[in-house]
Amino acid sequence: MNSNILEVKNLKTTFSSRKASFNAVDGISFHVAKGETLGIVGESGCGKSVTSLSIMGLVKPPGKVSGDQIDFNGVNLLNLPKREMRNLRGNKISMIFQEPMTSLNPVYSVGEQIGETLKIHKKLKGEERKRKVVDLLKQVGIPRADEIYDNYPHQLSGGMRQRVMIAMAMACDPQLIIADEPTTALDVTIQAQILELMKDLQSKKGMSMILITHDLGVVSEVCDRLIVMYAGKIVETGPVKEVLNNPSHPYTKGLLASLPKKGHKEKRLHFIPGQVPAPANWGKGCRFSDRCPYTMSQCETSLPPLMKAGEAQESACWLIPDEEGSTHNGFIEATR
Amino acid sequence: MELSKQYQTENQTGTLPKKGFDFKDFFQLITQSKSVLIGGAFVLVVVICAIFAPVISTHDPYEMNMSERLLTPMEDGHILGTDQYGRDLFSRIIYGARVSLEVGLVSVVLAMVIGVTLGLVSGYYGGWVDTLIMRVVDIFLSFPVLLLAIALVAALGPGIENVILALGFVYWTNYARIVRANVLAIKEEEYIQAAKTIGSNDFRIIFLNILPNCLAPIVVVATLGLGTAIVSEATLSFLGLGIQPPESSWGWTLAFGMKFIREAPHLSVYPGLAIMFTVLGFNLLGDGIRDLTDSKLKRN
Repeated sequence: MNSNILEVKNLKTTFSSRKASFNAVDGISFHVAKGETLGIVGESGCGKSVTSLSIMGLVKPPGKVSGDQIDFNGVNLLNLPKREMRNLRGNKISMIFQEPMTSLNPVYSVGEQIGETLKIHKKLKGEERKRKVVDLLKQVGIPRADEIYDNYPHQLSGGMRQRVMIAMAMACDPQLIIADEPTTALDVTIQAQILELMKDLQSKKGMSMILITHDLGVVSEVCDRLIVMYAGKIVETGPVKEVLNNPSHPYTKGLLASLPKKGHKEKRLHFIPGQVPAPANWGKGCRFSDRCPYTMSQCETSLPPLMKAGEAQESACWLIPDEEGSTHNGFIEATR
Repeated sequence: MELSKQYQTENQTGTLPKKGFDFKDFFQLITQSKSVLIGGAFVLVVVICAIFAPVISTHDPYEMNMSERLLTPMEDGHILGTDQYGRDLFSRIIYGARVSLEVGLVSVVLAMVIGVTLGLVSGYYGGWVDTLIMRVVDIFLSFPVLLLAIALVAALGPGIENVILALGFVYWTNYARIVRANVLAIKEEEYIQAAKTIGSNDFRIIFLNILPNCLAPIVVVATLGLGTAIVSEATLSFLGLGIQPPESSWGWTLAFGMKFIREAPHLSVYPGLAIMFTVLGFNLLGDGIRDLTDSKLKRN
């Protein structure tokens, strides 16, 4: 046995129409260790959310998930029957969404909605269920939990609703929580509270978490390890500190450089020119090549695999020095 | 939004939320809405008439009396006058409430059950299931509604039960289309995705998560459909396919009264008023219930 709760190998999520098919997620592999928080960052449309839906088995047709394995606690989710997959969802793996405004059903009180998870998986009834729900509401820091139980989603603020979503996700003490941009829709002070709460609950219950975001600030605060995705591929991965302090892929560098800095004097913020290419335009080479400032002829002809770029850091760029040290390292240093 | 809410002090009582149905709350809720009160009162009157018809009616509704034909209202102790056979119109209308209510309610429920279920399935699953169900709907809609009902009753044989079956079977398409359209929008909502992520199965998602969100249009269609069903029953009865004489329904009385519209307009006017009164009552009630059950309008 290993200490990884989730091991994804060569995951591919394909969307096909009659004319064409493309891989929104194109052969990515990663793992999540027990109690660890893994961050997945990248621009819109690079496959972050599709990755999470693939793990949950919720990719809608015509999307298709294939690949070698999605191993969750020794069970391969890729060929799990629907019914067993449903038993896992909400019970062992649960999810927190981006929009607390729309991810709660408007016709049920929040108490009933949290209770739903307990009804499905733990078969809790009546008083016992209510007691547990009120308890959960208290755990996520909702004041007057017994009154809020009967409130409807529209009566709560965004932050409160996100707390309710978290309570729903935590209801059955899952082993893995996938949070898909949980703080994007909230204002900054509430963001901090929600992140604090998630971190706190995670360490109390020893859960693992995948945090999908495009906010590098959030990543540096919450995550242990980081995956940077670009156009369906992982371009860089490693411990958060290493990656953020010493980014090796030009895309990661670009993302970091785009963050506004304290005492920033220049008039314009840094940005990466161009946009994420549509899957139809993915060439043979590196998918970042048309936006990369360091593009070489090699980049346009062959796709770089993930290569060791530090102690635990890997990066998919031809500029990374190989084992013998025949490198472009100097080049990177010079252009940094 | 109400940020301050988050910082309100915690209630330390630790009580559990109140449970279940509370008659006092229910009563308070009802009195909030005038349309529920008025509509409810109308419906209640009609229902009481139907149940206590023998007590309320002043004469035997089936007894003919040729010497008292076509009396005007309030003549010779006949509150609403008499029809062409001298039968007491008031008593006939009171008894007619039984038939009309039965036909209206049962056929609407039948149409609703068929239509809502098929609409939900069609909208949720999409694909060939959707195509199949919607083409069947198209086939039904391609016939004039009454012609189809007449054909069905003709095939099943005349009688009140068959009229109910036929009406239910003809009007389900309204529900199916409206529900399907709503489901198409609702199933893309994030809370449906969220329901999937907590492990709900399709049945749960369709009936517990999607259905409550499309109740409002269903209630509206049902209350309107009730009036249509009562009037359709009248038409079928008029053609001799519905209730059989000497029994009476509002529609039947109204239709036959038309022959004497110049001499005795009351024969058609009063049954017509009874239909209007009932349909109005159900519409008001339906509207009010929709407003009250809409969680977005609920007050604290």
